[in-house]
Amino acid sequence: MLAKISTYLEFPIVRYALIVGILIALSSSLLGVTLVLKRFSFIGDGLSHVAFGAMAIATVLNLTNDMMIVMPITIISAVLLLRTGQNAKINGDAIIAMISVGALAFGYLIMNIFSTSSNLTGDVCSTLFGSTSILTLTIKEVWICAILSILVVLIFVLLYNKIFAVTFDETFSRATGVNAGLYNLVIAIVIAVVIVLAMNLVGSLLISALVIFPALSAMRLFKNFKMVTVFSAVLSVICAFLGMMISILAGTPVGSTIVAADVVAFGLCSITGTLTGGRK
Amino acid sequence: MALITVKNLSLGYESHTVVEDLSFSVDQGDYLCIVGENGSGKSTLMKTLLHLRDPIGGKIVMGDGLKKNEIGYLPQQTVVQKDFPASVREIVLSGCQARCGFRPFYNAEEKKMAEENMERMGIAELAGRCYRELSGGQQQRVLLARALCATKKILLLDEPVSGLDPKVTAEMYELIAGLNKEGITILMISHDIASAVHYCSHILHIGAVKFFGTKEAYLKSDVGKYFLLQQEGGEK
Repeated sequence: MLAKISTYLEFPIVRYALIVGILIALSSSLLGVTLVLKRFSFIGDGLSHVAFGAMAIATVLNLTNDMMIVMPITIISAVLLLRTGQNAKINGDAIIAMISVGALAFGYLIMNIFSTSSNLTGDVCSTLFGSTSILTLTIKEVWICAILSILVVLIFVLLYNKIFAVTFDETFSRATGVNAGLYNLVIAIVIAVVIVLAMNLVGSLLISALVIFPALSAMRLFKNFKMVTVFSAVLSVICAFLGMMISILAGTPVGSTIVAADVVAFGLCSITGTLTGGRK
Repeated sequence: MALITVKNLSLGYESHTVVEDLSFSVDQGDYLCIVGENGSGKSTLMKTLLHLRDPIGGKIVMGDGLKKNEIGYLPQQTVVQKDFPASVREIVLSGCQARCGFRPFYNAEEKKMAEENMERMGIAELAGRCYRELSGGQQQRVLLARALCATKKILLLDEPVSGLDPKVTAEMYELIAGLNKEGITILMISHDIASAVHYCSHILHIGAVKFFGTKEAYLKSDVGKYFLLQQEGGEK
């Protein structure tokens, strides 16, 4: 088995995939805790569908670098969702559901009508489930992913205390003069970036899993915010690494294998948490 | 000059006014209790004082060099906080956030302040414990310590004893009275008029009839007598 792994690792493409996968897993797990606690879990889901729609447009336009269009559209949607989620007549959940299925439908429609590709189902499937795209990254895409992931981690570390304050009690933060609106905006933008990145790894339907599973697992075991954050990052990286390794060895699709690893980890954490009384 | 002067303030939502033509002032060291029926606009008033929403009319003047951000606030607990994985220390420290501005991390002075305020609230030994595992009274102390990190002058308390048992409620009132004796101005919304009257120095009654004045004057006024009687009747 080790021989097989080392043969695979000789291909630069596999090495890139591993590096990018681990970076993406790290950055996507960081905001998970905030999303879960702010009851924003569904925003990740909604945004990933928007990203799918944007991806469809990019595919049809035959852009060489589809991030140019996917990234701005997703960021704008994130900002709008966060805005309207707070003071809209239709409540946040309904809006997110509307936008996500709408984007999904239009994305598929556009691809169907305009696509020049001979393998339409394959294209759609790989955008939704990220089947092989992680292994077909160009060196340029690897760099973009790496830089963006590092940027996300950096922003998170610098804003860690502010994100904590705003997540725990937004009203108090506002009342004492913390610019909560600004930090919410930053959180929204970072989520959008993470989702576009994670789309490369697990595909748009499975992104939420990458974002919330590590956070939920960590919350079963730990009782303070710092440990929860650190553990969910570590867990996410481990699961991504294991998932990618298994998928290489067993020939399973990358995205779903990683998510399966996350689910198993969640199960283990829940059991451990219950046994040790880690969570009431 | 008074710490806070409110002149002809009108509060409400888009279409209807909840409170009209409200005037009162708070001096350094006062203990003002805000009472009134449900829906009389107590919480709206507090949000306006905290600059979380704009008044429809009138104005609020801050005196004695009190800055907008120097008000400590004890909000009612939210659903999010019920299962938030955070240690007591992390929460208390987050009260210093406004001081940080754009600085990403807390400095030594702020950490010391958090420790001191935990000491002051008698929760120093709980510093490493998880917030969601504490009792209601302990949680209120944590939030009070956090509010003290945000202010040295004035605290706004929104129903600080709701949901607490009688013994803990009494301890909480003593704690607040102690802070008031140390010179911190207190503004408190309360349903519990009997205890409020016991501890406070001034009363603001809002609703159909408005009253503002010292506790003694309130107890002699018609609105005061009537409201106290009604509350007692309601409890029995």
